[in-house]
Amino acid sequence: MPRITMREAISQALWEEMERDPAVFILGEEVGVWGGTYAVTKGFYDHFGPQRVKDTPIAENAILGAAIGAAMVGLRPVAELMTINFAFSAMDYVVNQAPKLRYMFGGQFRIPLVIRAVGGGGRQLGATHSQTPDAVFAHFPGLKVVSPGTPEDAKGLLKTAIRSDDPVLFIEHATMYQVRGEVPEGEYLIPIGQSKVQRPGRDVTIVTYAKGLELSLKAADELAKEGIEVEIVDLRTLRPLDMGPVLESFKKTNRAVIVEEGWRSYGVGAEVAARIYEEAFDYADAPILRVAQKEVPLPYNRTLEQAALPQVPDITAAVKEVLK
Amino acid sequence: MAETINMPKLGFDMAEGTLVRWLKKEGETVTKGEVLAEIETDKATVEVEASVSGVVRRLLVDEGAVVPVNTPIAIVGSADEAIDEQLSVAGGQSSVVSDQSSVSSEQSSVSSEQLSVSGAAASASAPDRQPAPAMEAAAPPAAGPVKASPLAKKMARERGLDLSQVRGSGPGGRIVRRDIEAALRTVDRGLQTVVSPSTVHRPPSAAEETVALTKLRQAIARRMAEAKSTVPHFYVTHEYKMDALMALRAQVNAYLPEEEKVSVNDFIIRAVALTLRQFPNLNASFAGDKVLRHGAVNIGVAVAVEGGLLTVVCKEADQKSLRQIAAEVKRMAAGARQGKVKPEDIEGSTFSISNLGMFDVENFAAIINPPEAAILAVGSARQVPVVEQGEIKVGWRMKATLSVDHRVSDGAEAAQFLQALAVYLEEPLRLLV
Repeated sequence: MPRITMREAISQALWEEMERDPAVFILGEEVGVWGGTYAVTKGFYDHFGPQRVKDTPIAENAILGAAIGAAMVGLRPVAELMTINFAFSAMDYVVNQAPKLRYMFGGQFRIPLVIRAVGGGGRQLGATHSQTPDAVFAHFPGLKVVSPGTPEDAKGLLKTAIRSDDPVLFIEHATMYQVRGEVPEGEYLIPIGQSKVQRPGRDVTIVTYAKGLELSLKAADELAKEGIEVEIVDLRTLRPLDMGPVLESFKKTNRAVIVEEGWRSYGVGAEVAARIYEEAFDYADAPILRVAQKEVPLPYNRTLEQAALPQVPDITAAVKEVLK
Repeated sequence: MAETINMPKLGFDMAEGTLVRWLKKEGETVTKGEVLAEIETDKATVEVEASVSGVVRRLLVDEGAVVPVNTPIAIVGSADEAIDEQLSVAGGQSSVVSDQSSVSSEQSSVSSEQLSVSGAAASASAPDRQPAPAMEAAAPPAAGPVKASPLAKKMARERGLDLSQVRGSGPGGRIVRRDIEAALRTVDRGLQTVVSPSTVHRPPSAAEETVALTKLRQAIARRMAEAKSTVPHFYVTHEYKMDALMALRAQVNAYLPEEEKVSVNDFIIRAVALTLRQFPNLNASFAGDKVLRHGAVNIGVAVAVEGGLLTVVCKEADQKSLRQIAAEVKRMAAGARQGKVKPEDIEGSTFSISNLGMFDVENFAAIINPPEAAILAVGSARQVPVVEQGEIKVGWRMKATLSVDHRVSDGAEAAQFLQALAVYLEEPLRLLV
């Protein structure tokens, strides 16, 4: 299988779906002539033309308002948000319109919309452009929230998202575009709402996704040198959340650490831990621990930013703590 | 601050004890470690020591009372302090029962099957973690609720394990999976130590007499009925040529002082232990869907005591010399006969030997001591006419019968074990090297 970057995988998914279905189109800031802030749509404008690759004003509510309207009349828009933080400017569209129109109009409309949003910290973009507010969006029923951790998953999940008849928020981590991984040749789809064991182990279950997967795999390598074998379950989709592989793993290891880049309070880890306690209480042999971002607005200063974000040593320490 | 002294829990399945005798009266001073009372448990009479120094302020139960474990029996404090608080706590908890029949010892007894099932099911988690010593034989009663993980609680519930007897190795003393697994291994190896009772028929007397069962008798009754009704026994008997061993024993003992002399049974213990190393399947326990083969060879030796019998345990007997075995068994047997054994001396056996040789017994069959897989019943070494090369001669012979759990092993293996044992018993110099 070819090893390609996350950027190429996402780009391939978009390209293939646009080739396959003329109803698919892209809109967002600098997605056309410039080729995308993260160069995901480079070459698309020349190939597909200005009708299907639309540069927009710097107005997220306009981008999403237009996208939702287009979706209601049968197109399949893929709207790009330069950062997920800008979704706050269009919050009504993201959480109040897109996820609810189908319900509120008794199924007369469907919203086959994909919002591609770049999330995460670590690039010194300051407190307002570096957030990982995934849990905020996963809170709302009606909006699927996907956040892949490997190129293979990114491609397969994005293609499925574009074919979904309901809105999908597709979160791409800003520091992972260069991550390489094997991607199957030819067309393939990965269903939304399926967690996956990315590394088998017996001692502790790490539940994570996106950037957390990258960090957890490194932590797992270090722990393996000490004879500790962690099993890593990648959620891949935050809503709908697939607890099956998580519970199966926990029933085997009886100990879990949840790794997320967002803040701990009211976060993904809180949700997953509660679900484990609810559904596998009798299998817990130690309190479940969370590794998450420090409870501060993310600093600009590089040293402070790195200190506030979860790191590999935080994960290895938490794993050792639950093994006590 | 006055201290409340409770009925200690001295064995895994001890639910209650009889307070036989107070050695201190109310108002007397007692120093820490001094004997306060004698209690009789299922297995033995044990002394209860004062855990603090002070004045015996109140004895809460009468002599002869049957007291559930962890129930307050006395309050020790300074001469003039108020003990209302302790008294109210004691009053709330204590339900001292004088009528034995109302306390069901069944409730606390744990069937060996329940315990052994999946005892070794899960492998220990991280390889560098050593479980803490599992069973605290004479642990002081735990104060407050037992801290255990939900998984540990579930495992204990499923296998009938009393968490108050398990030491937790997790943070803050929390009991976690590895502790339960360690405790179950201990339990599987040697929870129950009372072996087959010798049957003593009393001559019929003119008037019928009712004899109350001692705790020991009750335990034997319960354990043996359970063993005989749940373990499918079969028996294989072998006759051993004992001429060489009898001669060697006389020779060896000529060099030893009176108190260190080696018995025929000591030779047999060592011979059995060495043979078991070749037959791990008989040093084992049936555990539901699997057989647990024990790592150590711990030989239980039945000792007749007043009103019953106890099994003292010679741990890792395959690693010990004949003189070590002799000295250990002598010490433990003396303790058992005086009714004062240490819990560790009667726990953990993996195979038992019952020897009635001193009573001029030709041969007998013993009941297996669960959860062990086999027991060897040894008769007397006797001089009998034997045929050797077509001639009748006088020779030393001894019969031994192996009782085996048929779920674990079969006749052929039992017979091979007895043959392998012959190599040691008939060429006994092997036992000295």
